[in-house]
Amino acid sequence: MKRIIALCMAMVFAFAGLAWSADDTVRIGVFLPLTGQNAFGGQLELEGVQLANKEVNTVLGKKVEIVTVDNKSDKVEAANAVKRLIEKDKVQAIIGTYGSSLAMAGGEVSEKAGIPQVGTSCTNPLVTAGKKYIFRVCFIDPLQGAGAATYAYKTLGLKKAAMLVDVANDYSVGLSNFFKKSFTKMGGQVVSTLNYQSGDQDFTAQLSKIISEKPDVLFIPSYFAEGAIIMKQAKELGATFKIMGGDAMDNPEITKIGGKAVEGFVQTTFPYDPSMKDMNATAKKFTEEWKRTFLSKEPNVNAALGYDAYMIIIDAIKRAGKAEPEAITKALAETKGFMGVTGSTTINETHDAVKPIGLIEIKDGKKVYVGEVAPEL
Amino acid sequence: MNVETFIQHALNSLTLGSLYALIAIGYTMVYGILRLINFAHSEIFMLGAYFVFWGVTLLALPWPLAIALSIAFTAGVGIMVDKVAYRPLRDAPRISALISSIGVSFFLQNVAIVFFQAIPRAVYRPEWMEQPFILGNVRILPITLFVPVLSVVLMLGLLYIVYRTKTGLGMRAISKDIETSYLMGVPVNRVIAITFGIGSALAAASGIMWALRYPQLQPIMGTIPGFKAFIAAVFGGIGSIHGAVVGGVILGFIEIMTVAFFPDLAGYRDAFAFVLLIVVLMIKPTGLFGARVEDKV
Repeated sequence: MKRIIALCMAMVFAFAGLAWSADDTVRIGVFLPLTGQNAFGGQLELEGVQLANKEVNTVLGKKVEIVTVDNKSDKVEAANAVKRLIEKDKVQAIIGTYGSSLAMAGGEVSEKAGIPQVGTSCTNPLVTAGKKYIFRVCFIDPLQGAGAATYAYKTLGLKKAAMLVDVANDYSVGLSNFFKKSFTKMGGQVVSTLNYQSGDQDFTAQLSKIISEKPDVLFIPSYFAEGAIIMKQAKELGATFKIMGGDAMDNPEITKIGGKAVEGFVQTTFPYDPSMKDMNATAKKFTEEWKRTFLSKEPNVNAALGYDAYMIIIDAIKRAGKAEPEAITKALAETKGFMGVTGSTTINETHDAVKPIGLIEIKDGKKVYVGEVAPEL
Repeated sequence: MNVETFIQHALNSLTLGSLYALIAIGYTMVYGILRLINFAHSEIFMLGAYFVFWGVTLLALPWPLAIALSIAFTAGVGIMVDKVAYRPLRDAPRISALISSIGVSFFLQNVAIVFFQAIPRAVYRPEWMEQPFILGNVRILPITLFVPVLSVVLMLGLLYIVYRTKTGLGMRAISKDIETSYLMGVPVNRVIAITFGIGSALAAASGIMWALRYPQLQPIMGTIPGFKAFIAAVFGGIGSIHGAVVGGVILGFIEIMTVAFFPDLAGYRDAFAFVLLIVVLMIKPTGLFGARVEDKV
């Protein structure tokens, strides 16, 4: 029975595919968290996509239209959003999303319908695992967790680590596991691992406990909203250890919310930051264009990934020679050395982007790009 | 665990607990009089926090003025909510008003998302609030001492209003029997409006304190503290003002001490709050101080 349904679905989509090719607009769906707890990342990514769309709005002589749906930072809503984009808006490709949990929920729907999806900053390995139609323009958590551990142990010489993990978040759990694995393998020691849940605002209990363990470094694979508060409370409780985090901490507001407490914070991220010294030409153009469009707002890596996700789809459509889901998927899988804002991107066999890991440190209230690291897995 | 760490945990508990207490007082007050669980309390709490920080950052008002204006504004919103969403349902079954309050809660939250945007905002605190007192390895933030005192002062003030003023007499009469109160010439709608005004002013006060402690504003910031305060109110005996304070403080201690003694369970501390609620409802449904519901205001 299932097979028959699948066959019918395939046929429906095959015909739908024909219908699309007759159309003279290319529709790209975008599902991002524009409200809810991940809204800050989602909005920046959407602005990145919009900037890219403003720059390149035709492909193969057809107009490119972006259709945006809010996934409300909610797994169920994410699946609904993708369903809506495919069934109602009849998009040929999908961009999204910020947040691995959301990407997994939305990815299932895309995979069943056979519509290619390009993730922006969903870094959990499971997002693309075993999927034919799901890609991403970011690297995956094992690299990022290991990158942070390598930098802490090798570059900074810190031997004792503690972790504060969001148990309700796949991203946070994944990153902490890979940090621990890499850190202990190099000879370091993880002295305590404490948990919290997304949305918590009081971390004093966990932090008091961690402070009493006297670690050299605290790894917080948190999202920015919680991360800034964690750092603030840590400083209030007298913490002196180094604090490190992942790409979800990347937000221009961090110094505003965190104030002096975020001074010295180091995070792994994708190799783009407006403070970077040797930017590639695309990144330079993107930064200037962004500053012209959003006068008072700094660009960040999320915006850059939104931009890259859009451009990589356009590039795939150009190479495929037609804007048809199956052809776009094939072209996306063959992407090699695509030059985006976040450097050169090659899609590997698991559909993840291969690119170096950048590091950002907050110095004197400003984010400074301090270089790149080769993670030891 | 050494003594210093324990003292630090105890102080953390006291801060969190008295913040819960502060929110719970507002909850319990409205319940005491109308038997209505006002779920919109969490959103009123959020609005109070936003108003004050707008006053301070956008209008550059001095703190005391911004706080006073915010409390007045929020009280106004509370009275409006009562007028629009609850007064028409006064004679309807109690469940209708409850559902209406859930609706108001979602409505206010979404309005806030539209107007304030979903992005978390920074809260600027006065310099002295950032400086903790340091005793050995124990750090005491000014707010740690300030909030419990404020909670107790507000509690005493409320008890005074309820038991020593004419309006309080009206409140107690309404809580006993609303129909008879009408007949006896109690200005029911006015007394209820005052109740909502005071309840919302308390929500604003607690929202401001919360934002000063956890310096971030978000449209959804009221939800979790609201639930916790509700649990605290039920634990203390919903409808009882001093019960709310005691319930809040105990809940704060349970949450922090869970993490202190069972660090592996740190991620599930919300579950403990809800387990507490279930246990209380099973063993003593009226809560610690809620023996005779009829008399409570």
